[in-house]
Amino acid sequence: MSLLEVRNLTTAFQTGRGEINAIEDVSFSVEPGEILGIVGESGSGKSVTALTIMGLLPRPPARVAQGSVWFDGQELTGLAETRMERIRGKGISMVFQEPMTSLNPVLSIGEQVMETVRAHERVGPAEQRRRAIEMLDRVGIPSAAKRMGDFPHQLSGGQRQRVMLAIGLACRPRLLIADEPTTALDVTIQAQVLDLMMDLRDELGMAIIIITHNMGVIAETADRVLVMYAGRIVEQAPVQTVFDAPAHPYTRGLLGCVPTLEQDTRRLLAIPGSLPEPGLRPEGCRFAPRCELAIEACRAGLPPLESLAAGHDVACIRA
Amino acid sequence: MFGIFVRRFASALPIILIVSLMTFSLMHFIPGDPAAAMAGLSATPDMIIQLRHDLGLDEPFLTQLFTWYSGLLHGNLGRSILMGKPVMEVMLFRLPVTVALSAYALVITLVIGLVAGVFAALRHNSWVDQAAMVFSMLGISLPNFWLGLLMIIIFGVWLGWLPTGGYVAFSDDPVGWLRTSTMPAVSLALLQVGLLARITRSTMLEVLRQDYIRTARAKGLKWRVVVVKHALVNALIPITTVVGIIVSLSVSGSVVTESLFSIPGVGQLLTQGVLNRDYPLVQGGLLIVTTLLVFVNVLVDVSYALLDPRVRHENR
Ligand SMILES: Nc1ncnc2c1ncn2[C@@H]1O[C@H](COP(=O)(O)OP(=O)(O)OP(=O)(O)O)[C@@H](O)[C@H]1O
Ligand SMILES: [Mg+2]
Repeated sequence: MSLLEVRNLTTAFQTGRGEINAIEDVSFSVEPGEILGIVGESGSGKSVTALTIMGLLPRPPARVAQGSVWFDGQELTGLAETRMERIRGKGISMVFQEPMTSLNPVLSIGEQVMETVRAHERVGPAEQRRRAIEMLDRVGIPSAAKRMGDFPHQLSGGQRQRVMLAIGLACRPRLLIADEPTTALDVTIQAQVLDLMMDLRDELGMAIIIITHNMGVIAETADRVLVMYAGRIVEQAPVQTVFDAPAHPYTRGLLGCVPTLEQDTRRLLAIPGSLPEPGLRPEGCRFAPRCELAIEACRAGLPPLESLAAGHDVACIRA
Repeated sequence: MFGIFVRRFASALPIILIVSLMTFSLMHFIPGDPAAAMAGLSATPDMIIQLRHDLGLDEPFLTQLFTWYSGLLHGNLGRSILMGKPVMEVMLFRLPVTVALSAYALVITLVIGLVAGVFAALRHNSWVDQAAMVFSMLGISLPNFWLGLLMIIIFGVWLGWLPTGGYVAFSDDPVGWLRTSTMPAVSLALLQVGLLARITRSTMLEVLRQDYIRTARAKGLKWRVVVVKHALVNALIPITTVVGIIVSLSVSGSVVTESLFSIPGVGQLLTQGVLNRDYPLVQGGLLIVTTLLVFVNVLVDVSYALLDPRVRHENR
C-alpha cells in the first residue's frame, strides 16, 4: 500500500467572482522512501495541493470539494483538527518556500525545534534539547549547541532554511513536503540543501514530495514527476521518461527552458502566453490556447489522464 | 536594558519642559486673579494689592517664570495658594489615590480588552466579532461621565449595592477600596477597553496571516499554543505602544471621574486649582503628572520593545 494516496482531489476557493477550483481532480500516490517531484508554472496549484494534504488552508475560503487524501491508511480530509495536529509534524512535515518569514521572530531557533519534539513525544527538557541540537547539527548548522539561543534574524537565508528543515525533520516524519525549499537561496546553498534532503531521505527512509518550478531541481532529485497545469495533472512519469520521452506538449515546453539549477525559471519563456486565471480557463484542454499542436478536438472537451505506458500517464489527445 | 531606558527618558525631557512652559503661560494669560479669590468678597483693593505682592504676582511674567524654574532646580515647587501647603506635599498626599484608580482601570482594560480583541480576531466576521466591535465602538463614543452617572443611578441608587461616591484608601480597608473604586474604574476603563480591543483585534488578524503561524501549525502544535505563544506574543509588540497611551488617557479621564464620584485624587485637586487660579498648584501638579506619564510611557515602550529580540540586539 502506498504511503500517501490522493484521489480525485478538488479544492475550491470562495472568491468575489464565485467559487473557483484551484486544483481539480488531482490523483497521485507516494511510496515509502520515494521522492516525487511536482512541477508547473506559478499558479498551477502546487502549493494548494500540498496545503490541502496538510489541512492548512483557511476554511473558509478554501474547501475540499471532492476527493480524498489517504495517509498510512487514514483519510485526512474529514479528520478532526485535534487528530490532524497529531499527524502534522510527526507523520507529514512541510517546509515552506519563504525561509525569511517562516520562522517566528521572537522565539530562539532552539525553542522552535524543541517545541516540535515536545508536541509529539513525551520526553523531558534535556532530551528535547539533545534532539534539537542533533537535528540542527544534522542539517549543517555549525556549532549547533551554541546557536540554540540564536534568533532567526541572526541567521542567513540558507541557515534559516536549514532550521526549517530541522523543524520538519525533528520527529522523523514518514513524509516530508518541501514547497520550493531552495527558491529563495543562492545557487551553492541550493545544491547543498538539496543534497542534504537526499541524504536524509536515505538515512531516515522517509518519502519526499518536492515542489518546484525548476526542471533542474527535478532532474537532480526526483524519482517520479508530476506535471501540473492550471490546477490539473497533465503528465505523470518516472523522471527518466520525462526527460527522455515527454509526452505532453506542456512538459516539452518546460524542458525547452534549459534545466539548470542556476536559472530561475519562474517565467517559462519557452512557452508563449501565460497560465489562465482560475476563473478564465478555456473550454476543453486548458493548454490548448498556448499549444502548437492544438486541433479543434482539443477545445471540445477536457482530455482525460490516460495511461501511455506502465507508470506513464498523460492528459493529451495528441500524445 | 537600564541604559536604553535612561537614554529614552532623557530624550523625553524636552517634552516635560514644553508642557511646563505651556501650563505656566496659560495660567498667567487667562483672566482671573488668585489674590482676589483668596482674599474673599469683603477684601478692599489695598488688601488685594498687598496679597499680590506677597505672592510675587506683581512681578513681570519672565521674572516669575525664572523664579519658578530656579525653585524647581532646588526641588521646590512652591506653595499652593489654596491649601497653604507645599505643592509637593499636597501632591504626594493625593497621587496614590489617582494611581490606584488608574491601575485598577488598567487591569480591567488589559483583561477585557485583550480577551475581547483576541476572540474577535479568532472568530473574524462572526457574531462574536461584530458584537465585540459594536461594544468597543460604544465604549469609544460614549462619554465616560455618562456611563458613570448611569452606574451611580443603577448600582448606587436603585440597587444600593455600591456607594454613590467617596473614597476609602486601599491600605485602610481593601474591601472598602474595592467598593468605592469599582464604578469609577469601570467608567474610566470604558474608552480604553474599546481602544485596546480594536487594536488587539486588528493586530492579531495581521499576525495570524503571517507565514510563521502557518509553520507553527504545520509542526502539529495545538491551536491554543499557536494562538498564545506564537500569535499573541508577536501581537503584543505593537499593542504595547497603546498601553502607554492608555495610561495617559486614564489619568486625564480621572479629572472627570474623580469629580463625579467625589474621589480626592489629583484630577479633583487640579480642577480646583484651575478654578481658583492656584498657579503654583497647577504648575507643580501638572509637572509631576507629566513627568510620571512620560516615565510610564518610556518604561512600557522599552520593556515591551524588548520582547522583540531584533530590538534587543540592536541596543546591546
Ligand atoms: N487564498 C486563496 N484564495 C483564492 N484563490 C487562491 C488562494 N490561494 C491560492 N489560490 C489560487 O490557487 C491557484 C494555485 O495557487 P498555488 O499557490 O497552489 O500555485 P503554485 O503552483 O504553488 O504557484 P507558485 O509557483 O507561485 O508557488 C492560483 O491560481 C491562485 O489564484
Ligand atoms: Mg507555491
